[in-house]
Amino acid sequence: MGVFHTISILVTNESGVLSRVVDLFSGRGYNIESLTVAPTVDRLYSRITIVTDGDSDAIEQINKQLNRLIPVIKVGDLSLSEALECEVALVKLNCKDEERSDVLRIVEATGSKIIDVTDKAYTIQTVGSEKQIQALVELIKPYGVKEFVRSGKIAMSKGNQFVSIKNA
Amino acid sequence: MTKELYSGAEIILKSLVKEGVKEIFGYPGGQVIKIYDALYNQNEIKHYLVRHEQAAVHAAEGYARATGKCGVALVTSGPGACNTITGIANAYYDGYPIVVLTGQVGLAQIGNDAFQEADIVGITRSCCKHNYLVKDIKDIPRVIKEAFHIATTGKPGPVVIDLPKDVQTAKSTFEYPETIKLAGYNPNYKGHPLQMAKAVRMLAEAHRPVIISGGGVLMSGAHNEVQKLAELVQAPVTHTLMGTGTYPDSLDSSLGMLGMHGNYWANYAVVHADVILALGTRFNDRITGCLKRFARDSHVIHVDIDPCSISKNVKADIPIVGDVKNVLLGMIELFKKEDLNIYLDDKKKWFSQIDEWKQKRAIPPFASDKLSAITVIQKLYEITKKYNPIVCTEVGQHQMWTAQLFQFNEPRKLITSGGLGTMGFGFPAALGACAGKPEQLVLNIAGDGSIQMNIQELATCVDYGFNVINCIIDNGYLGMVRQWQEKLFNKHYSETQISGPDFVKVAEAYGAVGIRVEKEEEIEPAILKAIEAKKPVFIDFVVENFEMVYPWVLAGEPLTKVLLSNDCAAK
Repeated sequence: MGVFHTISILVTNESGVLSRVVDLFSGRGYNIESLTVAPTVDRLYSRITIVTDGDSDAIEQINKQLNRLIPVIKVGDLSLSEALECEVALVKLNCKDEERSDVLRIVEATGSKIIDVTDKAYTIQTVGSEKQIQALVELIKPYGVKEFVRSGKIAMSKGNQFVSIKNA
Repeated sequence: MTKELYSGAEIILKSLVKEGVKEIFGYPGGQVIKIYDALYNQNEIKHYLVRHEQAAVHAAEGYARATGKCGVALVTSGPGACNTITGIANAYYDGYPIVVLTGQVGLAQIGNDAFQEADIVGITRSCCKHNYLVKDIKDIPRVIKEAFHIATTGKPGPVVIDLPKDVQTAKSTFEYPETIKLAGYNPNYKGHPLQMAKAVRMLAEAHRPVIISGGGVLMSGAHNEVQKLAELVQAPVTHTLMGTGTYPDSLDSSLGMLGMHGNYWANYAVVHADVILALGTRFNDRITGCLKRFARDSHVIHVDIDPCSISKNVKADIPIVGDVKNVLLGMIELFKKEDLNIYLDDKKKWFSQIDEWKQKRAIPPFASDKLSAITVIQKLYEITKKYNPIVCTEVGQHQMWTAQLFQFNEPRKLITSGGLGTMGFGFPAALGACAGKPEQLVLNIAGDGSIQMNIQELATCVDYGFNVINCIIDNGYLGMVRQWQEKLFNKHYSETQISGPDFVKVAEAYGAVGIRVEKEEEIEPAILKAIEAKKPVFIDFVVENFEMVYPWVLAGEPLTKVLLSNDCAAK
């Protein structure tokens, strides 16, 4: 086990690409901690962001193996440089009337938002780093989490660095 | 003027012709009937009907190995496609270019568990270089062009094209693309100049250099360059199983094959070297032995076109990604230009040390009343030498004996399954070699186990006059596994004793020639008769059951821990 690395992969947006990438991880015994995928500005391409762990040799192999896949255009290990990372989480709570003000305070203090309210449930949306989301989870847990959804991490390198081609 | 319309099936064949395909191996079925109909109406592509789809793919690979061209196989959907998996994986691990065309159920039926449907794109994903499901007739020419490009460039490998039935029957105009646009695929052919310069200096300054010549040398046609560099550096050269023939075994500076059943002086040289130049090899565990003990005190320069092979198993001190031939040409030029001192005295000492290792140990013969497999293969080599045959093998003891006892002085003469180790590969591969090199003598050295895995191809050989001489080393056991059981599992011969048919009668039943050999004096006449027969032949060499392959480095042991006989280890 090594440290977590965030790998940004630019691929052609065609059917089966995601399974090629995922198969590579499972076939070679690499772990996927989180995974996101969506088309880029130019819909001919998609961006896959994978968080994985391994020592530097393993990460180097993952990098090379990904590059070997034909639809993979670029691969970047974002943990090599400082990267901008964020994640979205949605939390649904059933809270009692007397707890509502506490929950609202937590929402405000963590910079989250309430995006849906019914007579029984609050749905909270939070955007931030893994730590920030973890902090919200810890604070909100005592109020009874009904459902919790996390997007998985997306990331981009800071400053002038990029893992991209034009419009992608 | 309106352009002429063609069916998808016709467009497939036209595209293949554009790629220079003249021969394909295949087996028809319901979902490729349209392509077979198109084949019926043309005469540019010759189709060879095999007896099993696995054999079609092995034959395509044998063809590719013998000729250097891309092999092509055509099979139907479902079971036909599934039968190709072993063949595809075999080509993938040894890095040979083939294109496999599979039929598929109609587009609307995909995913509905239709009759003879299999998700072949999903199934083959991890054992091919790339694959395609063609959903639109307009994509056929582009996909075929890309497939041949991908299969034959970089580290070559198999590409699968899945062709739904309705794509084959649709109509369209035919226009073959001139260029290829693949943003994600740009193999690096030229080595990095600074790395090359560093490598040249390191080699020149080496006291005990060794060159390991792998399959990549064969692939890039760099055998002459290896020889030139070896002369300049004054380095001995060993080769992997896949690199057989890339450095002439007849040269004094050749160490022959290294690894588990390699020459023990080759293993010793690699272990004691201070600089290893590894060319087009992926350092498979069969050549490194215990990885931790491999090249512990030496510097490794690793040249390979596939970046994944570098520093995967053995950490490279100087990695060079590029085509071996290009890199070697560059290094040779640098060597000449810089006029480097190469420490000739040290290298003389190094060669005499290797000579000492060479002379010290011989493998004692196995005492038996029966015919020895080693004698058979040795004689086979001596008698067929003058014909410069293409030698195919199956997998097991006979394969290692062939690699050890035959001298190969040029590439593409040994066709054998290395990475995947596929029993049943040799016979169909030999058939493919016959198709590609009809003027050559083709041998298939087999075990009595292996030959039974694709024995049905004798019919194909008889049909097309592929006069493969199958030399069956018949010891009544799955010999290599039995050998491990003898040494490592207390002689528990669990399910390794194997019966076979009367191979002579089988051959005759198929209309081929069958010969049985039980005594040493029968070997030569049998081989000569086989060569003169001008027919496919089975020679059943009934040999000793318990002969072992030595030298032998047990799996996971360091390369220097070489066993030379049942009770003797080299020191």
